[in-house]
Amino acid sequence: MTRRLSPFNVTALVLGFAFLYLPILLLVVYSFNASRLVTVWGGFSTRWYGMLFRNEALMEAAWVTFRIALLTASVATILGTLAALALTRYGRFPGLTLFTGMVYAPMVMPEVITGLSLLLFFVAIGLDRGFWTITLAHTTLTMCFVTVVVQARLVTFDRSLEEAAMDLGAPPLRTFFAVTLPLIAPSIVAGFLLAFTLSLDDLVIASFNTGPGATTLPIRIYSAVRLGLSPEVNAASTILIGIVTLGVIAATLLSKRSVIRSRRNAH
Amino acid sequence: MRRTFAPWSDPDAKPLIRFENVTKRFGDAVAADNLTLNIFEGEFFCLLGPSGCGKTTLMRMLAGFEFPSEGVITLAGQNLAGVPPYRRPVNMMFQSYALFPHMSVEKNIAFGLKQDGLPKGEIVARVGEMLRLVQLEKLARRYPSQLSGGQRQRVALARALAKKPKVLLLDEPLGALDKKLREETQFELMDIQHDLGMTFIVVTHDQEEAMTMADRIAVMDHGRIVQVATPGEIYEQPKTRFIAEFVGDVNILEGHVLGQENGLWRVQTPSAEVPLTIDDPDEVLHSGQAVAIAVRPEKMVIQREWPGPDAINVLTGEVWDIGYLGDWTVYRVRLATGEILRVTRANASRFVENPIDWDEQVYITFAPDAAVILAE
Repeated sequence: MTRRLSPFNVTALVLGFAFLYLPILLLVVYSFNASRLVTVWGGFSTRWYGMLFRNEALMEAAWVTFRIALLTASVATILGTLAALALTRYGRFPGLTLFTGMVYAPMVMPEVITGLSLLLFFVAIGLDRGFWTITLAHTTLTMCFVTVVVQARLVTFDRSLEEAAMDLGAPPLRTFFAVTLPLIAPSIVAGFLLAFTLSLDDLVIASFNTGPGATTLPIRIYSAVRLGLSPEVNAASTILIGIVTLGVIAATLLSKRSVIRSRRNAH
Repeated sequence: MRRTFAPWSDPDAKPLIRFENVTKRFGDAVAADNLTLNIFEGEFFCLLGPSGCGKTTLMRMLAGFEFPSEGVITLAGQNLAGVPPYRRPVNMMFQSYALFPHMSVEKNIAFGLKQDGLPKGEIVARVGEMLRLVQLEKLARRYPSQLSGGQRQRVALARALAKKPKVLLLDEPLGALDKKLREETQFELMDIQHDLGMTFIVVTHDQEEAMTMADRIAVMDHGRIVQVATPGEIYEQPKTRFIAEFVGDVNILEGHVLGQENGLWRVQTPSAEVPLTIDDPDEVLHSGQAVAIAVRPEKMVIQREWPGPDAINVLTGEVWDIGYLGDWTVYRVRLATGEILRVTRANASRFVENPIDWDEQVYITFAPDAAVILAE
């Protein structure tokens, strides 16, 4: 592998990143625009951020979103961790491949289909759409991400640590809480953060399953934009981007560290 | 000071551990094949064999991580069937050490004591005692990732000893250490075992390790125990060719029995012009039977001069290779049949005039009682 950056590499890198992040950068820059016109730069200002915090509808939406994300992440973390344990620990059982595939399916399933099928399901069982249906739908979506992250850690987990704990007199449940859980905790936290951010920025599934009094921030922003662009929306989006970025970075660092540590201890 | 210790030769002695007709299958593979074995209290017992011979499975059945497909294992008279690992008075030192990476050295050692619900003061006292035993007092607050391999090994040992188990199982305890440290630790383990009077069962594939430490060795091959005996017996009276070749170096001469003269066996072999004379009275053989003669390299004498017409067990060859090891010199001698024999000679003096050289014709002799006959 060459370490030198050739002009070609630099160009490719710049173009690639520009393609990915220029629109977002533009949005962030214009959220500090003093002008009311979204496309005309009128000097630096944070007034839209101030306006944002006085906008009750937006703040209400943010609060709903936050509660949904927190609940979703908590439930998805527990279910996803259990699924990861089952998939790595039961050894080969009939249908293992099928189960693995089924856990991963929501990751690749078009969100429109997930959203629509969940909507049909909720209608069929007569559940009123709103806060709880969005939470359930988000849990379905995000659980598989937790499973993937935790499973990656469990695959490298040295089983003799658990055997040692049992050998020293700890029954299986105590072994799990004293040895297994503390060691896989970073990846569980990573899974939690991932689930939290995914729930936070989901629009499609949320809009399928939303109801009165449960407007999430992405839905609110989307409908606001349809009525006309406002710099306030830019400000709200910038904050959302910030939270999601932090969450994803933290999740990546945690899961990486946890896997590296497990490798180091194996030697 | 070592006591004379041989409970296995006392017919009234009650074994601490009994394996009775134990078989363990994993699918089609048989890891333990109808094993019967007695281990006595206070013994330093070694399970020796190549990888995949079933020795680790045997140990894991004692620890409770595997259960026999057939047969019974008893410990101090108690049947271990269905007893989970956390209720057995047995502790294990794992090959990978399996130290808890999120706990300090002292927390690791205290883990087992905490499970027993001992009072805090007692735990602290016992941890201190263990740290002294393995000389790690200064590292009590370190974490496993901050320790060297040798130090980790000591923590693992201290953790397994802390509960004062009836039996300590050690899975390749020295496998990860370098040669020098391994030798030191071997003697240390023996001292600790002797001082605590505990029963140690060691699994190893290293025959030198087994020979040094064990009171008795069980040699395993393909899920069977081929011989259980003291290190001396295993080395000097191996029961099978597999044991002779696995434990130490050996020269094998194939031939067939001519008959018995004055209690000595006469064996014809293509490797020697005159039939060999072997003193192995315990063997029951018949004329014409195919046998293998096993002679250890250090029991063969290499010389340049013809030993004379009356000498017995003379082989002729030329020096193929010479390896100087400092304390020993190894000669590899090629016989007319193409076989290569290994002969060692202690370098008792610093200077030898006119030493045996490459390509020289040499004579190899060995005493009748230096050889063992192994029925094929």
